[in-house]
Amino acid sequence: MTLISARLNGMEQMVEGTADLDHGKVSIDGIEYKVEELAFTSPVRGTIYGTLLNYQGALKELGEQVNHPPYKEAPKAPILYIKPYNTISSHKRPIFLPDGIEELEMGAALGIVFGKEAVNVSEAEALEYVEGYTVVNDVSIPHESVYRPPVKYKCRDGYCPAGPWTVDKDGINPDSLSIQVYIDGKLVQQNHTSNLIRSIPRLIADVTEFMTLYPGDMLLAGIPEGAPKAKNGDSVRINIESIGSLENTIMREYKGGDDR
Amino acid sequence: MKWARIAFEGKVHAAEALNGKLKLADGRLIDGEEAVWLPPIQPRTVFALGLNYSDHASELSFQAPEEPLVFLKGPNTFIGHKGAVPRPHDVTYMHYECELAAVIGRQARNIKKEEASHYIQGYTIANDYAFRDYLENYYRPNLRVKNRDASTPIGPWLVDAADIPDPMNLQMKTYVNGKLTQEGSTKDMIFSIPYLIEYLSSFMTLNPGDVILTGTPKGTVNTAVGDEVVCEIEGIGQLKNTIIAKERKENSNAALYPGIHG
Repeated sequence: MTLISARLNGMEQMVEGTADLDHGKVSIDGIEYKVEELAFTSPVRGTIYGTLLNYQGALKELGEQVNHPPYKEAPKAPILYIKPYNTISSHKRPIFLPDGIEELEMGAALGIVFGKEAVNVSEAEALEYVEGYTVVNDVSIPHESVYRPPVKYKCRDGYCPAGPWTVDKDGINPDSLSIQVYIDGKLVQQNHTSNLIRSIPRLIADVTEFMTLYPGDMLLAGIPEGAPKAKNGDSVRINIESIGSLENTIMREYKGGDDR
Repeated sequence: MKWARIAFEGKVHAAEALNGKLKLADGRLIDGEEAVWLPPIQPRTVFALGLNYSDHASELSFQAPEEPLVFLKGPNTFIGHKGAVPRPHDVTYMHYECELAAVIGRQARNIKKEEASHYIQGYTIANDYAFRDYLENYYRPNLRVKNRDASTPIGPWLVDAADIPDPMNLQMKTYVNGKLTQEGSTKDMIFSIPYLIEYLSSFMTLNPGDVILTGTPKGTVNTAVGDEVVCEIEGIGQLKNTIIAKERKENSNAALYPGIHG
């Protein structure tokens, strides 16, 4: 059984329970539910920081380009970005396709949720500051260049679904989790957090060297190479071993009237 | 009216400027010297602009951008008036950036620039320090340059929008240890505040409490431990801070990219 915390049925407070990930069941206060019977909102309320190019394959994908303008050399420090408040969304909520865009990139990321204020922490102690883990879809409008900050591509309303819940950190080795992405039930991406350039403790140490992570903040471990693209109507499921499955459907942005 | 957030006698208060004093919500008048000044707003999403004054862009040998160069900042980086900004021991160049900050008052989505002023609650001053040693060419300017702890003083006042009839024509000055080092005017912004509200709200929702830091004119210079830096914007006030040495900590693994294994 997996220990979870979740926001259910529109309530702000977190409830604790257990999940049976293999059978899609959740138990709260001794009552068992099927996952699909429950309405989840995002378990995250703090600041969300994403990490670019933290999978070995993702950096390889950029290849020789890193030695040429505009990049000129491979990155040294972690490359971070913010998924702001308006992007927060949850399990089963739609992800909207803007006008003129046909496909969105699905960023399967392990979300590391902090339980204690973390600043200047060492690699050895880093995981003590973690409260738990969740599944995140770090959605982007596909874009080639990573030279300038990605606000227009990554910060649209609802572009950071997370959940359905957070899993208590005890018993989880975040550097050894498999990740699968399914679109309409078909496996389209597979990777493993053992392929990270910076392991989770190392990433936490390097980030908190220059900025504080507060309780409730979430750091994303990175997006694996070959991020799949989804189009209107696609149902996307991101599965992370021992953490859970996050499902969302891509929809055209609603413009009013019946012309959807 | 001008509003501040302060800590006084162990409690956080909203305070209003009144005859050179601070008037608390309970009616007490106190001296500014008695208060600990906090950021005048508790920002949620904070946008900042790079290269939004053509003279500053040319000073850094950049072409002026064709589209706003926007990045985001987290809550860890903000400190109040009279706060201390840490200078890491290894940096060779750390410069201030005096900026007009616009605070959003109403939710805004797909707002045209002609309507934008209705969505602004007020204005304050930010000093958006940059640590140029840490610039790398990925998501530039990256968070290590622009989102360090306690590196963005903001305040002292949130001034009601109604009191600033023309935010696009305000004198800006920065003084280091009393010496004028930066001078400019908000009229030289490449992308005006109404334009920025139109641009941002065209692809995302702006919420009350969100802040836009609008960039800095030319005249940014290196600063040293012990410097007192004052950013001044006409009609808004003077934001002061001092620079302190960042304590060295045992965290030896910072800053080196491990690269690809195997």
